[in-house]
Amino acid sequence: MKRPKISLSDFRPQIERVERRLFLKRGLSLGALTMLSGCTLKDDDAVDRLLFAMSRFNDRAQAALFDPNKLAPVYEEAEVTTPFPFNAFYEEKLAPVIDAENYRLRLSGLIDNNAPWTLRELRALPQATQITRHVCVEGWSAIGKWGGVPFRTFLERVGADMTARYVGFRCADNYSTSIDMPSALHPQTLLALDFPGHAGETKYGFPVKIRIPTKLGFKNPKHVTEIFVTNDNPGGYWEDKGYNWFSGS
Amino acid sequence: MSAGAARKSDDILHPLLLRIVHWINAFAVIVMILSGWRIYNASPLFGFEFPVGFTLGGWLAGALAWHFAAMWLLGLNLLAYILYGILTGHFRRRFLPLWPGPVLQDLKDAFAGRAVHAPGRYHGGQRAAYVFAILSIILAIVSGLAIWKPVQLQELTALMGGFEAARRVHFFAMGALVFFIVLHVGFAVGVKGVLKPMITGRPERAE
Repeated sequence: MKRPKISLSDFRPQIERVERRLFLKRGLSLGALTMLSGCTLKDDDAVDRLLFAMSRFNDRAQAALFDPNKLAPVYEEAEVTTPFPFNAFYEEKLAPVIDAENYRLRLSGLIDNNAPWTLRELRALPQATQITRHVCVEGWSAIGKWGGVPFRTFLERVGADMTARYVGFRCADNYSTSIDMPSALHPQTLLALDFPGHAGETKYGFPVKIRIPTKLGFKNPKHVTEIFVTNDNPGGYWEDKGYNWFSGS
Repeated sequence: MSAGAARKSDDILHPLLLRIVHWINAFAVIVMILSGWRIYNASPLFGFEFPVGFTLGGWLAGALAWHFAAMWLLGLNLLAYILYGILTGHFRRRFLPLWPGPVLQDLKDAFAGRAVHAPGRYHGGQRAAYVFAILSIILAIVSGLAIWKPVQLQELTALMGGFEAARRVHFFAMGALVFFIVLHVGFAVGVKGVLKPMITGRPERAE
């Protein structure tokens, strides 16, 4: 019996056709995938980038909408929410307790006189009180009473560069946030020294909180230990995790 | 078109511009509702939460990012639609008259499966339903702005009865819209030959 001789060269045209077809197919599916995913092969990233860009657009839209002379509505003493809700990125019992005598408010950045402040010195500055609504990014709201130094007065006193773009805050609980200068200079923005709750209760921000009724709650830092003025957006604890930076009310 | 004139099968029922506006609106409304449910869950107003599997955004910050991105799409698209509807007479032709008597009768017929579907003309039930949907979206937007900017737009917030009342108005506007969507999708799928024209613009050929 004669065995049929099989030679690869006899099949070359067919093999080439199959190879060509496979190449086209693979090329097509790769192309389709790239189109769907915005060229990164990871479509989550394209969506995230779009949402991030929209959040920065919303920063600018809110800054444009911000009226430096428009006051937040004020309320009567009887309307204050009691007990005032506690909210932080940690449990209530972990709120920092700061010794009033040893406390110093540090200053840095674009500030002429960056000597630290004691509580007694802050108390000696002109004081104001307000009863305003605290609106949380989660949706709930509460009315509270705060007292302290109008923040504009404080910034003027220390010789802060008011043409700078940002004011940043660092806190004893490792929290941080930052705001735009127009919001810092708003007449109701307060370097608060008196807080909701009964005397001696420290969890709402003792000894220094920045109360900004034109911003959502998380833009109102508690237990502030350092204030700095800068032209580079410092971001913040929640802002860096994806919450909108401007977050105005 | 004069009354009684026969429609040719290649007549456009829904102009291209309106079809585009419709599907952009559908996308924006769904994004707003699903991300809104995730935001609601962060601080539930009533004694329940939305199942996380039916929400958008993954967590509060993600849901807020979706919500505040899609709101521009929803608002600008709606503005284009309203301008078109008023300037071309589309609203007047399609949504009027809205007398309660005939509307109620047509609604009853629609739920009984006896509604008369003349291509290019809405019966009273449809007219009432679409006006209801548009008003629900407008109420959702206005109450949403009142929640978003209770200081800068405080006059609007006061109009809604204050911040906490505005949250409830926003919730019920969403509820009204979901109610409409369930019926609308039900009829679009259930009534023969009404879904395709919203995509192609042309009535389905009787073949």
